[in-house]
Amino acid sequence: MAEQLNYVSAVNAALHRAMRGSSDAILFGEDVAKPGGVFGATKGLHLDYGRRVFDTPISEAAILGAAVGAALRGKRPIVEIMWADFALVALDQLVNQAANVRYLSNGSQCAPITVRMQQGHLPGSCAQHSQCLEAFFAHVPGLHVAMPATPEDAFHLLLTAIATNDPVIVIEHRGLYFGPKAEVTTEGPVQPIGGAVVRRPGRDVTVVSWGAMLHRTLDAAELAATEGVEVEVIDPRWLSPFDVETVVASVSRTSRAAVVHEANVTGGFGAEVVARVSDAAFHDLDAPIARIGLPDVRVPAAPHLQQAVVPSPRSIADAIVELCRR
Amino acid sequence: MTALRPTVDDADRTPLDDYRAMLTIRRFEEKVLELRKADCISGSVHLCIGQEAIPVGLCSVRRSSDPVFATYRGHGWALACGSKPESIFRELLGRCGGTNEGRGGSAYLSDPKVHFMGENSIVGAGAPIAVGAALASSIDNSGEVAIAAVGDGAMNQGAVHEALNLAAAMQLPVVFVCENNLYSELTPIADMVHQPELWRRAAAYGMPGMRIDGNDPTAVRSAAADALGRARDGGGPSLIEAMTERLCGHYIGDAETYRPAGEVQRAGAQEPLVRLRRAIITQRPAEVDDIEQAVIREIDAAADAAMAAPLADPSTVREHVHG
Repeated sequence: MAEQLNYVSAVNAALHRAMRGSSDAILFGEDVAKPGGVFGATKGLHLDYGRRVFDTPISEAAILGAAVGAALRGKRPIVEIMWADFALVALDQLVNQAANVRYLSNGSQCAPITVRMQQGHLPGSCAQHSQCLEAFFAHVPGLHVAMPATPEDAFHLLLTAIATNDPVIVIEHRGLYFGPKAEVTTEGPVQPIGGAVVRRPGRDVTVVSWGAMLHRTLDAAELAATEGVEVEVIDPRWLSPFDVETVVASVSRTSRAAVVHEANVTGGFGAEVVARVSDAAFHDLDAPIARIGLPDVRVPAAPHLQQAVVPSPRSIADAIVELCRR
Repeated sequence: MTALRPTVDDADRTPLDDYRAMLTIRRFEEKVLELRKADCISGSVHLCIGQEAIPVGLCSVRRSSDPVFATYRGHGWALACGSKPESIFRELLGRCGGTNEGRGGSAYLSDPKVHFMGENSIVGAGAPIAVGAALASSIDNSGEVAIAAVGDGAMNQGAVHEALNLAAAMQLPVVFVCENNLYSELTPIADMVHQPELWRRAAAYGMPGMRIDGNDPTAVRSAAADALGRARDGGGPSLIEAMTERLCGHYIGDAETYRPAGEVQRAGAQEPLVRLRRAIITQRPAEVDDIEQAVIREIDAAADAAMAAPLADPSTVREHVHG
């Protein structure tokens, strides 16, 4: 069955399906039950699933720690951290606790936890509500990281996360929640973890991008096409596990590559993409791989100041065209 | 040797059982000290010498399926939950057959078969995890009560506050046991708080709190039985502050220059094994002697067997990061 859903409705539909599908699934976080989540992602769930859906205090360490403990005792917790920035106050429970469970127990225990959070800037969002932190999580062995960019992926990556027997961080983007509806296949099997998708084919340059920046990259590809540059856009969808093969296969045809993300450039996951592609396809490259991201500044609140630092379709297109002329 | 058995259904439990259980932990820790000093064990090791009455007293009234979350000073808790000494020795020695196949070590071992859910080498981090276990129990109506052991220092961690509040707000079946050994690592807890009676914080969360003699297994048992029973009956969490003293450093190698002269010697007169032995030796000298001989034999045999075991297999070191 396919439904027309926007991104946040797709999240909601996936949560309904997961809660319906497993009596071990429990869902909690700040304002997720009666209020339905600050963005409505969890709307209505508490009505259908009773005690398995509940509001918590503003206590990220308790939310994530309780998820670990409940998982150790057979539950499949799905928790919401309202803003990715807020995960920073409770990283211990993700990095020191959840990520260690399987390894430390030599595989005898696991922590099937899904942590939903959303990130990124929107006009006016302050520096503590704008950061893109995916590289933090992708750095940690034991955690998986999903970066859905479309309603279809908002649904399926979340379902996959919930079905995975290890902690998965699903990083949504607030700027995508209320975007256009798209057809979402809401039935059928849960997809396997990982796997990149070619969002636009092109022969001249491979550009890897995820999250909200994927859409700016697709717009940039249109602009570049008017200048005679055909861009292949790849959406990795998962940063951990990262599907380097799909990217390398593309680069071996195009001979040029760039990576675009909303996170700061230094230590961003783009650096990892550059390293892995260089390792695998160094001799196929006609130019160094370009990294396009937020320069190493904090995120200002004023919209015009944000625009001055966040990559735009125009600035991305210019960087790609320049790369192709090197 | 066989594991210590929790004796929840054992109406015949005698002081000799407590003595044997506490002595097992003591002898185990003394053996660990020897092995660490001989460099057979590597890394930081935090012994619970002097604090044995708390895990022994509590676990004597714990149901065997009640999950226990301890601190890095947790060998005694693992033993009191029923872990085999040899399995823990193997873990500390990095041998195959250790509780965690050498992945956990002294400060982060676990043995879920006996519902010892783990030590934690992050101060206070086990408290919210225990609350999660209580949450699972509550949703399932399983009747299990989670036990969160924390030190006095952990009471100043934000995660512990969050855990206490969430447990109280949801009236979850969890017992918080604060093992107050008077030192927050190397610093007196009294210097780190304005109100050193930590049990008083319970009232602020709306849960029962009490301070008990943590060097008396009977006092621990009595308080734990009340708290566990209340939690099992839907009465929510409790906070027990069990007063004790460390007879050793924070870690092996801690020079303890911060401890006033005579403090450890004074504590030695009040420690749980000395006290209990004093109480039982005149009536049961032969049995006490038998226990002492047997425990030494059994712990030594467990350590010897662990030392003879092969090292954990390095070819597996990259396994089990993900499922």
